[in-house]
Amino acid sequence: MSSVTVDHIPPHAGHDEHAHHVPRGWRRWVFATNHKDIGTMYLIFSFCMLMEGGTLALLLRTELFEPGIQFFQPELFNQFTTMHGLIMIFGAIMPAFVGFANWMIPLQIGASDMAFARMNNFSFWLLPVGAILLTASFFVPGGANASGWTMYAPLSLQMGPGMDFAIFAVHILGASSIMGAINIIVTILNMRAPGMTLMKMPLFCWSWLVTAYLLLAVMPVLAAAVTMLLTDRHFGTHFFNAAGGGDPVLYQHVFWFFGHPEVYIMILPAFGMVSQIVPTFARKRLFGYASMVYAICAIAILSFLVWAHHMFTTGMPVTAQLFFMYGTMLISIPTGVKVFNWTATMWRGSMTFETPMLFAIGFIFVFTIGGFTGLVLAVAPIDIQVQDTYYVVAHFHYVLVAGSLFALFGATYYWLPKWCGHMYDERLGKWHFWMTMISFNITFFPMHFLGLAGMPRRYADYAAQFTDFHQIATIGAFWFGLSQLLFAYIVIKAFRGHGAPAPANPWEGAEGLEWTVPSPAPYHTFVTPPQYEASH
Amino acid sequence: MKMVRGTLGMIALSWMTVAQARVQDMPGGPGVNQLNLHTGVTPIARDIYSLHWMMLIICTLIFIGVFGVMLYSIVRHRKDRGYKAAKFEEHLGLELTWTVIPFLIIIGMAIPATRTVVAMKDTTSADLTIKATGYQWKWGYEYLDGPATGVHFLSNLATPQDQIDGKAPVSNTYLMEVDQPMVVPVNQKVRVVLTAADVIHAWMVPELGVKQDAIPGFLRDTWFRADKPGTYRGQCAELCGKNHAYMPIVVEVKSQEDYAKWAADQKAAMLAATEDPNKTWSKDELLAKGRQVFATNCVACHQANGQGIPGTFPALNGDTKFVLAPMQGQIETVLNGHPGTAMAAFRDQLSDTQIASVITYTRNAWDNVGKGPDPVVQPSDVKALR
Repeated sequence: MSSVTVDHIPPHAGHDEHAHHVPRGWRRWVFATNHKDIGTMYLIFSFCMLMEGGTLALLLRTELFEPGIQFFQPELFNQFTTMHGLIMIFGAIMPAFVGFANWMIPLQIGASDMAFARMNNFSFWLLPVGAILLTASFFVPGGANASGWTMYAPLSLQMGPGMDFAIFAVHILGASSIMGAINIIVTILNMRAPGMTLMKMPLFCWSWLVTAYLLLAVMPVLAAAVTMLLTDRHFGTHFFNAAGGGDPVLYQHVFWFFGHPEVYIMILPAFGMVSQIVPTFARKRLFGYASMVYAICAIAILSFLVWAHHMFTTGMPVTAQLFFMYGTMLISIPTGVKVFNWTATMWRGSMTFETPMLFAIGFIFVFTIGGFTGLVLAVAPIDIQVQDTYYVVAHFHYVLVAGSLFALFGATYYWLPKWCGHMYDERLGKWHFWMTMISFNITFFPMHFLGLAGMPRRYADYAAQFTDFHQIATIGAFWFGLSQLLFAYIVIKAFRGHGAPAPANPWEGAEGLEWTVPSPAPYHTFVTPPQYEASH
Repeated sequence: MKMVRGTLGMIALSWMTVAQARVQDMPGGPGVNQLNLHTGVTPIARDIYSLHWMMLIICTLIFIGVFGVMLYSIVRHRKDRGYKAAKFEEHLGLELTWTVIPFLIIIGMAIPATRTVVAMKDTTSADLTIKATGYQWKWGYEYLDGPATGVHFLSNLATPQDQIDGKAPVSNTYLMEVDQPMVVPVNQKVRVVLTAADVIHAWMVPELGVKQDAIPGFLRDTWFRADKPGTYRGQCAELCGKNHAYMPIVVEVKSQEDYAKWAADQKAAMLAATEDPNKTWSKDELLAKGRQVFATNCVACHQANGQGIPGTFPALNGDTKFVLAPMQGQIETVLNGHPGTAMAAFRDQLSDTQIASVITYTRNAWDNVGKGPDPVVQPSDVKALR
């Protein structure tokens, strides 16, 4: 077992008196440079976007309750599907992980703040700008971008000004992500407490270090792809127009070279979170720490080599088809190692099942289903049958909702006492878990059947034979959406001080520097770096 | 309790009966609440079907294994049962085992998959080649060889608008029926060469085990050999704009004799339909023909009332730029389209007579009657501008 010693800082022993001054009113937030304030803003922002994207999803499910067009014409429906995707990915999931990084990485590595505090402020305040651009695009002539979140050319070249809004929003959100990534890399590499070598770092930090490198590598690629769209649209270039010597498939190659690592950007930090939660509630060290780190790195490297498995139906040569099929299947090996290691961590532990643990186990269970459908999709001939059907929709919601979102929920419950100094309502938390878990599966499990039977995705209307499964999915979706209001209630309740006061370490089995500071974490922590003496 | 259960059962039963009375399995299309892939009528589709079963069984076994262990642990290794945590945190042998064994399993999966990939990509030595072109929002087919050489037609959605709008009950083949299906002979290797005129579409027929993107400006190909006559249905599988859900694919597989007869009929019909482009038509003839052409080609965007969709698709009613203006601009627009918008080039899709008639129709429909110059456009006018 390890021991952690911290040089506790007396409340008024700072080197500079005004460093301990907490700004008041709106200035505290608009000019925020404190990693905790910025983290809080990231998390609030991403929850608002989750609600916006979720509302769009419920509108989609409303139209899909029955065959025929009842509520939304197909052109509006396509805008909803597109914006649901863009808002959930760039507005909800990615900023939520950056919010956690802001709050927890300095606390976990014993740093006083993020490396570039003012850039941190800027990268947050770009987000609302991007969100306003995306939301406002519904109200321009022709409405929002309706070419899918993938924005394939040449369809995206046909769109109205809403498309330009989306392109600029992607540029802005991408710039925000790049700055966030630089900040995280510099913080982790330079500001770890003495004694915390890389291989002793908490896995959440490891997963974010790798994720930040992925972000740096691929966000510029996305920016390039959408810039080429922009110049094709307005400045007479022909990157994606065969008549001018271009190629529509070029867009897909560039986009998915970003898009596949992007998938791991949205899941690696979730792996990190689960790797923190499971050992805590199993009261046992994480099994195979080193192989967990290697698995994260392996997944990240492989993610650059498999992009064209999203494009099996474009008609690639047979060798390319085989290369991308084999590469994709290989990814299941490091992913499998992670699942096996989590299971081994639980094995012969002394487990309790508080809400964070429920979400972590729920994550492993449902994410593994999504992983297996990913393996099925990797087999190119099967992919040919189910590509662009609801099977794919089911697959990526199993990894993105049950994966990323469940981990975010679990991590929120896990670290909430540290943020607000009060315990959340455990009974309501468990209700939230079970409602979310059950309604999630009701919503998305039937979509596997729909896809296998050939129901294409992004359809506003469908053959009558698909009706029953669509109706089950719609009922589940409303249940799932409403369950998240309970989550908001639980978090707000804890923040308003209802709930038992949390001790510095509210979890019996938790390890790490973040649990050595009081709850709620003081405005400034680790002004003098602590000495870290853990076995890893 | 018993009563509640009885009532619930009654409700479930009656609901199922109603549902079953409403829809049945679609021949060649999806079944009611179909749970698995289509069994397929081509060797490739059947290969895919069994590959999927293999993957499903292997994945389920691993899933049960892993979560069986986890469930046992969750039941036994809990604090409230007084279980004390063990202290191991590494085991090189174990970690190597669960890296190497999955690798071997994956090799086992990849071998049959590779065989199928290679077979799917082999489009050589086809008996018949058909070119399929994706348009917003219909498919066009052209027979490049065989007895039907030269036959070409467009294949439009046949479902009436009333069913889509909920004014009539949906039929059993709702959204998966066309006015003119693609027809192929049984037991012949049919190569389909695909392209598109505007945006990317995808040609999918699950029973044939085929899905291939149609990419504007490029040719891609795929193939199938159906061994059972029948009608097989699919839909466009790549988001292509507003009416993405309304451009189905129907393939009729016929016996050799029926196929030869169909080819002869098509050729005779095409010969009979050949028009003299220099003939002068009366206004009423043009209007009658133009209304039909408008209904199949233009109505999706410009709407039956000619109002279009503001901000997306321009109105033709009262349009002074093209419709209520000298004919040259409108003819060139219909022939060449507007690059960068959904307005397609109809040069290769419509004949001179069809273009002349639909332009005449728009110049005399709605509020446009008697307003602009050149109210009547003759096929010879179109021919002159081609």
